[in-house]
Amino acid sequence: MTEKRFMAGNEAIAEAAVQAGCRCYFGYPITPQNELGEYMSWRLPQVGGCFLQAESEVSAIYMVFGAAGAGARVMTSSSSPGISLMQEGISYIAAAELPCVIVNMMRAGPGLGGIQPSQSDYFQATKGGGHGDYHLLVLAPHTAQEAVNITMLAFDLADKYRNPVMILGDGNMGQMMEPVEFGPPKKPSVAEKEWIITGAKGRPRNIIKTLFLDPVVLEKRNLAMGAKLREATKNEVRFEPYMTEDADIVIAAYGTVARIAKTAIKILREKGLKVGLLRPISLYPFPYQAFAQTAERVKNILVVEMSLGQMVEDVKLAVCGKSRVHFYCRVGGMVPSYDEIVAEVEKIAKEAK
Amino acid sequence: MGKVVIDEEFCKGCMLCINACPQHLLRTAKRVGKTSYHPAELVDPEGNCTGCGLCALVCPDAAIQVYREKKAGVKEK
Amino acid sequence: MVFGRPRTLLPVPTHYCPGCGHGVIHRLVAEVIDELGIREKTVAVAPVGCAVLLYDYFDVDAYEAAHGRGPAIATGCKRVNPELVVFTYQGDGDFAAIGTTEAVHVASRGEKITTIFVNNAIYGMTGGQMAPTTLLGQKTTTTTGGRASETAGFPIRMSEMIATLPGAAYVARVSVSSPKNVVQAKRAVRKAFETQIKGLGYSLVEFLSQCPTNWHMTPVESVRWIEEKMVPYYPLGEFKVPKEG
Repeated sequence: MTEKRFMAGNEAIAEAAVQAGCRCYFGYPITPQNELGEYMSWRLPQVGGCFLQAESEVSAIYMVFGAAGAGARVMTSSSSPGISLMQEGISYIAAAELPCVIVNMMRAGPGLGGIQPSQSDYFQATKGGGHGDYHLLVLAPHTAQEAVNITMLAFDLADKYRNPVMILGDGNMGQMMEPVEFGPPKKPSVAEKEWIITGAKGRPRNIIKTLFLDPVVLEKRNLAMGAKLREATKNEVRFEPYMTEDADIVIAAYGTVARIAKTAIKILREKGLKVGLLRPISLYPFPYQAFAQTAERVKNILVVEMSLGQMVEDVKLAVCGKSRVHFYCRVGGMVPSYDEIVAEVEKIAKEAK
Repeated sequence: MGKVVIDEEFCKGCMLCINACPQHLLRTAKRVGKTSYHPAELVDPEGNCTGCGLCALVCPDAAIQVYREKKAGVKEK
Repeated sequence: MVFGRPRTLLPVPTHYCPGCGHGVIHRLVAEVIDELGIREKTVAVAPVGCAVLLYDYFDVDAYEAAHGRGPAIATGCKRVNPELVVFTYQGDGDFAAIGTTEAVHVASRGEKITTIFVNNAIYGMTGGQMAPTTLLGQKTTTTTGGRASETAGFPIRMSEMIATLPGAAYVARVSVSSPKNVVQAKRAVRKAFETQIKGLGYSLVEFLSQCPTNWHMTPVESVRWIEEKMVPYYPLGEFKVPKEG
């Protein structure tokens, strides 16, 4: 039944969302993710859903708030500057414990920056972004097929934890075309939620709010948020070890950089170097344990990012000094090539002798 | 003919009803009510209140209930 | 009894100042919800401002919105369930400052929701700063010498502006300064909700309301101020009436 379709990452994510039961999309155009919204604009009406191009990302995220509060599976997407605009709304969504999926196709920053790929929103995505104590569950695909799988998972996680989930990609992920297959479509699950806004018929009124002026009450809510995040940390860590079993040097990378690293590893292995890749798929919760375990045996880890060094801090935290952590980056929209990574690994291998 | 009852649990003594009454039958009580304000009260010894309801229209606290006699001469509650 | 508390307005003492217009406006909206029999399918969207706790007073499902974003939240809700009757309740900051983008676009989209816009020419909750609707010469904590147009610009007439948008189907400005005005105001609220229920487009009722505390007046003086000072700049009336098919 599942035939392979040749799609750009942006479109594949949109279709996967629809298959996962998403029936609402609110967004605003911004390069390099416009194709996602454009796809939704004709696809959602086909399934009786609602597409609305909002007047800004600020409005869009609050339309998400409204639709999520009404019980719908809802998605928005943007790129770095637009995601910055959404931060207050994301804090409100997390505070109100509303489920939703937010796609960030990162572009180079800061400011208006450039439209080429980047990974410089890692801190924003995983460490906060908006005000207050909350976290997004963050998933980073490295192929269009994985983006499809992750999108379908994202809606389930959002409902499971009543928390926003972010799919963190980059311009490359969004634009590149690859063959993808979709699993069986899911039925949207609105019925089970007794807290949603449907009109106070035959029940006391439901209020979706985030203001709790009594600190005794607000502390309880915050502690409950902490407990929820600890649950997620226990259950939702995802990563891919790639040729790490016998590796002397392990590369740490996610998303687009990870696929480039895989090519570099192929070349390095042909040259006789035992190199592997530990690829985080969940950036929050971060696979700290996987890195800690790797550091027991592997004494050189090379973190490659399209940022000035964001994920590298989590790697350093994980290995806790047990392994040397090296760092290589390209920024400003430049994408590292596989032979740059090869050269970096060879440098490390030489120093290690 | 008419009567108003001002609920002291809600009345904050804003005096808008006193200002609105066309017959000047409302005044501020000397006592302090549940809200810690001086509530308004009906002073109508001659039974002049018609139950027009203008007081209740301007009351910000929905504190006023208005009663009007039915034509048969029975006070409807 | 010929007049009492409407069912939809919960018997809870409010935190509003004595004489505040919010109380009257809440009651009118609650009366209309009762008369139309729509309590069980009405959704309120509370603002940031004195009325942030509106959901403690109305017995309907409700959202608490971020400042100015009520129309966006209302849009999200209404698009998911068009059967619901959704209204936003917003003050000067919410509608005429931070949320003006949302205000213009919800109207321009002809979104089938209703906005109750409370114009008291000041920012109440935060202690009396200038609002976009503050009159020239009016003293506030951020215009201590009286609002001067050279530095602080001119007050915005939201109703007139919104009425120019094709998606806005019913737009009216009313006041709660006297019993007669309260009666007319209620008629406008009813028309606004009926506009939504009939699916004719966006409806807006702007209320001229008193803020005795921040105007530094008694409630009785404040309703006089509405009639003497606000109405000349913010005329009452219907600016847009739906053409019914």
